[in-house]
Amino acid sequence: MPVFPHRLKFRFGIVPLRKFSPEMVYVTRLEHFNAAHRLFNPAWDKEQNERVFGKCANENWHGHNYELYVTVKGNPDPDTGFLFDARQLGALIREKVTDKLDHKNLNLDVDFMRGKMCSSENLSIEIWKQLSPHLPSGVTLHCIKLYETPRIYIEYFGE
Amino acid sequence: MSAGKKIAVFRKEYFNAAHRLFNPSWDDQRNEAVFGKCNNPNYHGHNYELTVRLTGEPDPETGFVMDLKVLSDIIKEHVVDLFDHKNLNLDIPHFKNLNPTAENICIVIYNILREKIDPRFDIQARLYETERNFVEYPVDIH
Repeated sequence: MPVFPHRLKFRFGIVPLRKFSPEMVYVTRLEHFNAAHRLFNPAWDKEQNERVFGKCANENWHGHNYELYVTVKGNPDPDTGFLFDARQLGALIREKVTDKLDHKNLNLDVDFMRGKMCSSENLSIEIWKQLSPHLPSGVTLHCIKLYETPRIYIEYFGE
Repeated sequence: MSAGKKIAVFRKEYFNAAHRLFNPSWDDQRNEAVFGKCNNPNYHGHNYELTVRLTGEPDPETGFVMDLKVLSDIIKEHVVDLFDHKNLNLDIPHFKNLNPTAENICIVIYNILREKIDPRFDIQARLYETERNFVEYPVDIH
């Protein structure tokens, strides 16, 4: 069988094993939680709360299936090829965030939401604060993307 | 007997609600053992997705089994407006003495709709509590 020169070049031209990868990659992990909440401002009367928050102000709560996308960025580790093992990222999100939120009442049961308005905006910001101190060096939190319904989501980039 | 062919049409609607699973005749420990985290006394919640299947023959004049806008309006008026942004245990009279599991919610919805939709149509309700947990009532018999 003849060996074609361009094929040889193709084969031996790929020598990608550098000591580290300088390329920035983004890894996203999706976790879920189902929770009750209510939007209301305790400084306002019932009428003003209903005017501003409508049915979301229902004093007996309502709830959602939340979807949480956590995106981290950094350079892949030369030994594993991973930026951050997605299983470890999932375990970290569950430990620090979703275990505290799943099947809970966001207004009443969650320490890091106490005294705050339970909007998805504020929840995204607080989730960022819960996660960012626990990431290993070289791994930076890039985005918290929180779906409250399939058609409503919030993004927070730590700014 | 009509020589027409039966066909199914479907309408999907959504509602977001809080609930809690527990049996008031059991003590806390047993409720906890059976219902786990779903028993949280402060409630939790879901984005419920409801699909209603309506089976019948297309009307020769319109080509519709039922105008889906009409079906949508019936579901919205009698189900979604009742359940959306509510606490199923506290706000919905049907669950005063009935555990609001996906099964029971689906049966309640079917019964509500059955009264509002012409009996010449078969209907079935499918209720998604989460993307991966869903129930259907009544069950198809093949």
